[in-house]
Amino acid sequence: MNVTQISAFVENKPGHIAGVLKVLADNNINIITLTVADTADFGVLRMILDKPELAKAKLSENSITCSVTDVLAIEIDDTPGALLKALEAFSNLELNIEYMYAFTQKIHDNAVMIFRFEDIEKAKKALVEKGCRIIRNIDIIGEDK
Amino acid sequence: MFNSEIETMSESKMKELQLERLKWSIRHAYDNVPHYRKTFDDAGFNPDQFKTLDDMRRVPFLTKQDMRDAYPYGLFAVPLSKVVRVHASSGTTGNATVVGYTKNDVEVFSEVVARSLACYGVTENDIVQNAYGYGLFTGGLGAHYGAEKIGAITVPISGGNTPRQIMIMKDFGSTVLCSTPSYALNIADYIESNMPDFDMSSLKLKIAVMGAEPWTEEMRQQIEKRLNVDAFDIYGLSEVIGPGVSAECTEKSGLHVFEDHFYVEIIDPDTGEILPEGSEGEIVYTSLTKEAFPTIRYRSKDITRLYHDSCRCGRTLVKMDKVTGRTDDMLIIRGVNVFPSQIESVLMQEEGTEPHYQIIVDRKGTMDEIEVMVEVNEKVFSDEIKVLDSLAKSLAHRVKSTLGITAKIKLVEPKSIPRSEGKAVRVIDNRKK
Ligand SMILES: [Zn+2]
Repeated sequence: MNVTQISAFVENKPGHIAGVLKVLADNNINIITLTVADTADFGVLRMILDKPELAKAKLSENSITCSVTDVLAIEIDDTPGALLKALEAFSNLELNIEYMYAFTQKIHDNAVMIFRFEDIEKAKKALVEKGCRIIRNIDIIGEDK
Repeated sequence: MFNSEIETMSESKMKELQLERLKWSIRHAYDNVPHYRKTFDDAGFNPDQFKTLDDMRRVPFLTKQDMRDAYPYGLFAVPLSKVVRVHASSGTTGNATVVGYTKNDVEVFSEVVARSLACYGVTENDIVQNAYGYGLFTGGLGAHYGAEKIGAITVPISGGNTPRQIMIMKDFGSTVLCSTPSYALNIADYIESNMPDFDMSSLKLKIAVMGAEPWTEEMRQQIEKRLNVDAFDIYGLSEVIGPGVSAECTEKSGLHVFEDHFYVEIIDPDTGEILPEGSEGEIVYTSLTKEAFPTIRYRSKDITRLYHDSCRCGRTLVKMDKVTGRTDDMLIIRGVNVFPSQIESVLMQEEGTEPHYQIIVDRKGTMDEIEVMVEVNEKVFSDEIKVLDSLAKSLAHRVKSTLGITAKIKLVEPKSIPRSEGKAVRVIDNRKK
């Protein structure tokens, strides 16, 4: 049920993110969601893509430093305070979140958040026990293409 | 050993040979090159006064600037009809330097490269893939003639086109690679990032002949590990002849100077005084046999030392330390002397970082600022900013604790630091001179 995230290293300079996107476009890879974390000099582009393996191979081929990370996509009620409640629940379970970002589409009428936990297996186990709805990769990117 | 008579000659016999050849070379330069005649006369030195090796101190130096001023043929000592080849330095600062060779000079050049290859264990049974650039640069043709002289199959592929280099290496069964150390790492990079299924054992490569740019022990370890070879230093300067002035032996500790053709001295770069054997300083070269382009007391600006150490390889030739710094490259950052190679060593101590770096020096107000750009590869990359931040901090900390200077470490994308098949530009100094 892990979701595959591709992260790419980009310098904070005009055109550098575009360079990554061009590789994806040229290879007909669709971006399902994307977020950028940046510092003064560089940023990390985090992406959920429909063809992660192909993306990794093509980005590397184009000398773009990238990595594959497993993250969890979790359904959160689309109501005020729901995310806060979820975070409090994670905190009670002692699950450290490295970062998180929102998913653009709703699933089952709920909002979806992507979480990068310090320990994904521990998080998964605790969340399943708690009855959280974790979205499978396949629900996001569709059947293997 | 390619020439065991010379390479195992006793020190005293070598000195006799050198004295005899020096007398000829100094006289040859004086008689045939106006520049030498003028500088010798101005210094009150006449070649007839040259009686012992001690008299070397009286001979004026030749500088890079003298060579530039003589562009293109001003320092040639034979009629152009006797010159069969020229090479030229890239001339990154000011004019290029043009050097010439007679037939006999080409023969000497081939011989010293052949001796170097023999030092590493190359024989006529080897297949030498020569990835030095062919052209005005001495590396390409120099290695080519040397490899042919030894009788090896010589593959004149020249530099660049990495996928093709790898294909040829595999298909031809190349056993020796000649290239710059940064290009050898480029090849390793390419295989590691683009050919995940490539089987390194399908290559027959065993020896890497690395030259044309200063490189460190840490870089040697990387090349050896990643390409599964023994990597050896070949050293030379186009002004003196090209590669093959000196070469490492299989001991990998110091380079034997082919001192029957090149007389070497170590001087204090500030005073010009000759320093005793074993001292570190600037190495100065005098050609002993060159006809077309004699170089008398050429100040190389390379920092090293000379010593004799009954080498286990059996060679008695004087040794020099691997050159890792040049007086030219030396940066003075807030009063601290720093060689780019020292920064390279620091970077390579960090697991996963590669020797692709560039140092940018600037002055903000009265303060020198130094920024080191380091390429981020997949071994050190993380999707977490804090991991990347701590890599930069840890590198800055190492620079500070090893060199005593504060440097900003800037992480950059792979391949954003220009590399060449020739020489990597390690330093950009934006301070007003
Ligand atoms: Zn030796």
